Amino acid sequence: MTKERFDFKDYIRPRFFPHMWCPGCGHGIVLSSLLRAVHELGLEKNEIVITSGIGCSSRISGYVDFHSLHTIHGRALAFATGVKLSKPSLKAIVPMGDGDALAIGGNHFIHAARRNIDITAIVMNNRIYGMTGGQFSPLSGSGKKATTAPYLTIDREFDIVDLAKSAGATFVARSTVFHAMECKDLLKKAITHKGFSVVEILTQCPTYYGRKNKEGDAIQMMEGYKNNTVKIGSKKLEDNPNLIQRGIFVEKTDVPEYCEAYDRVIQTAMKGKA
Amino acid sequence: MEKGKTVQHLINKEWCKGCGICIHFCPKKVLEFDGDGKADAARPEDCIACRLCELRCPDLAIQIIEQDGENE
Repeated sequence: MTKERFDFKDYIRPRFFPHMWCPGCGHGIVLSSLLRAVHELGLEKNEIVITSGIGCSSRISGYVDFHSLHTIHGRALAFATGVKLSKPSLKAIVPMGDGDALAIGGNHFIHAARRNIDITAIVMNNRIYGMTGGQFSPLSGSGKKATTAPYLTIDREFDIVDLAKSAGATFVARSTVFHAMECKDLLKKAITHKGFSVVEILTQCPTYYGRKNKEGDAIQMMEGYKNNTVKIGSKKLEDNPNLIQRGIFVEKTDVPEYCEAYDRVIQTAMKGKA
Repeated sequence: MEKGKTVQHLINKEWCKGCGICIHFCPKKVLEFDGDGKADAARPEDCIACRLCELRCPDLAIQIIEQDGENE
């Protein structure tokens, strides 16, 4: 902990508040956890660049008082890659929605993970496209109701953790907005980790996902996160293997980071004169 | 509440959207809705300053300030 008391007013652009997220939307809790993580790490606001794409989640870049880049749908990681390569000293953080990260931006996601570039990707998984009116996403899963699936979805969902792991991400974690303190701690570790970090945070969309799938209001959806998730390897999994696991799934430090590897290429090309 | 400490609930009513998350998850049932459907500290003397409301408020509308001082 830093000495000073945390006040989120030090880290936001208050002129854009109250924010545009619906009452009870979990995205605000992700924002709050991120600000607390930045505070506890003692980072300067000028050291951070937030790059986002399009969607409810991507509005975060407007609310935070860091360097920010609000880009195009699915391409936040591509923009962040450019920023990071030109200014490797910046901490690049990319908040994305599930659709933004894994449908429209699916290829950018796997390739950023494969390169192991030092970026923190936060996937705010509400299992729906909220901003455009509740279409199903690649994270909705089968048998769910959505504006575009009045007779239930037939598509299976991705497992973000498995996908990130197999694509080569060197830090992979999952939490939920009910576990706000755990979220903050995982974000701190992800931001500090040198390499590509993925933090999946389950967050409720009471307006579309919750209402259409009879999962209740924001409070009931958060109760769901409390009851349907467990820490990695919990004994409760023996009785119910369908429980979602939370925690750190991958933490590797033996893989070269992309910007550093690229620097070595420049050194070789310039024969040590760079 | 700890002896000799007071807890102040700074609630930004302009930002609060009345989702009720803070009220539901408060372990000491300190918070309630006010007449406008916004969160309000109805029983601040019961607060243990666990800050769960502050952590989980999606609207960044609650801040808990702990102060040393009389508890009367």
